[in-house]
Amino acid sequence: MLEVRNVSRVFGQRKAVDNISFRVDGAQFIGIIGRSGAGKSTFLRMMNRLTTASAGQILVDGTDILALNGAAARAWQSQCAMIFQQFNLVPRMDVASNVLHGKLNSRSTLTTIFNMWSRADIVQALDILDRLGIAEQAPKRAEALSGGQQQRVAIARALMQDPKIILADEPIASLDPMNAQMVMDTLKRINTEDGRMVIANLHTLDTARRYCDRVIGLRDGRIVFDGVPADLTTDAAREIYGADESFNEDATSTSLPADKVAHLHVLPMAAQ
Amino acid sequence: MTFLATGARGTADLRHAYLAQVQRRRLYSGLLTILFVALMVSGFQIAQARNAGDFLNGITHIFDFPADIVDEAIAKAGNLPGHIWDALPPLIETINIAAVSTLIGTLFGGLLALASTRGLAAWPRLIVVFRRTSDVLRAVPEIVIALVLIFVLGAGPVPAAIAIALHTAGATGKLFSEVNENADLKPVEGLASVGAGWVQRMMLGVIPQVAPNYFSYALLRFEINIRASAILGFVGAGGIGYELKNAMTFGQGKLDEAAGIFIVLFATIVIFDQLSGVIRHRLTYGDA
Repeated sequence: MLEVRNVSRVFGQRKAVDNISFRVDGAQFIGIIGRSGAGKSTFLRMMNRLTTASAGQILVDGTDILALNGAAARAWQSQCAMIFQQFNLVPRMDVASNVLHGKLNSRSTLTTIFNMWSRADIVQALDILDRLGIAEQAPKRAEALSGGQQQRVAIARALMQDPKIILADEPIASLDPMNAQMVMDTLKRINTEDGRMVIANLHTLDTARRYCDRVIGLRDGRIVFDGVPADLTTDAAREIYGADESFNEDATSTSLPADKVAHLHVLPMAAQ
Repeated sequence: MTFLATGARGTADLRHAYLAQVQRRRLYSGLLTILFVALMVSGFQIAQARNAGDFLNGITHIFDFPADIVDEAIAKAGNLPGHIWDALPPLIETINIAAVSTLIGTLFGGLLALASTRGLAAWPRLIVVFRRTSDVLRAVPEIVIALVLIFVLGAGPVPAAIAIALHTAGATGKLFSEVNENADLKPVEGLASVGAGWVQRMMLGVIPQVAPNYFSYALLRFEINIRASAILGFVGAGGIGYELKNAMTFGQGKLDEAAGIFIVLFATIVIFDQLSGVIRHRLTYGDA
């Protein structure tokens, strides 16, 4: 369904993404990990066509989406929703209008620039907000919401696009642990219930292990790890992050103590 | 489909409330549009009634004067290069007036702006005073200040430069303070945390952020000031405006000279417009 072939992106002399290839079949939850500057964001931005690729192909159902131009490229963007670290909502517009923006590609320019939407569209936006548990925020300005709520509005905007693929660029990096878990749970439910592929750049390894079906590790623009979360050992993580023996992920882990307790409970049960 | 059961009843209420709000907003925008159109139509009728002549009949004569100038310029085309050459010295005087007044005006404008921006001002209680000062400087037309100064100081470029500088200070004070409001306060907080004084915080924390915008607005102001200083020539401030006034007076047969001056003035403004456009683009987007 998704096939990435030898994709590269060069900024000046530096190769941000260096000849990466992988293939995804079915609606998997893919996590991309790697340290800052490893090329995670650049890759997602190339998939959404926010950044132009220097070389390579990305085939989605047989179409090379990197070769699309103009209206066709915008149509592709509407099918591949993007969720940003800083939410990227229009702060001074109300929440429901922000969600409605997900339909901009398929509605006329004239009506949308005056924020005129059909009743059916508005009802759909409100239903999506209700599904994400923030229906009562619909008339508020986006900037008045907390970070976790704003990120759920961004997810609602993504759902409004009815996309095949959802790209999430460090969706929880600006959120506290509680909100981070809520946002990740929401993405996971969209992945399993709606059958949409999710590709998320993640900063924390325990998040990657917990939510992803498959983890891809990038280092200096190249794929250095590609496997199931169970293979993501501390040694593998040291390889991905280029860290030495002193690297200890527990030192900066954001997982709540309850997570650890829950994991511990599993052990005696399995032993029985 | 639902993750969280808000309850069918609660959801229906929320939906109804939001749809009602959308309806209300549309009603208001519709009424405002109708009001706007009505005001435009009635305004035109009032203006038409107050006009000494008739707008629709008069409009056809709008191009008579430019046509006279063009006719005379064509008839005496051989004199044009000479007229253009003669217009250069007063043009330089006009540009000089504009440059001096832009420089002095923007310096004062920058100070006014820093003193009248909330969150940056050294004396927050005096923000109102500085704001009203730049309002007043902006509100009085340049030509009024120039006429008063010419009466006091005598005709010449100095009163014009002062008049334009005062107006520039008021205008840039307002523009710069809006730039300041969009400046990121985090670097300023960082400098405050190491014990920097107000002048240090402004010069090191604010100015580096806003300098490209300041410069861009100053260049725009320079263009405007070239036009302003040409106009002030009409009331005796010297420069190209004075020559233009003499040439344009009816019935002297000097309209070809006026045409030469118009060509020079037009070329100057186009050149400076293009030049400042290039520089501003470079300041905003870097060298690329």
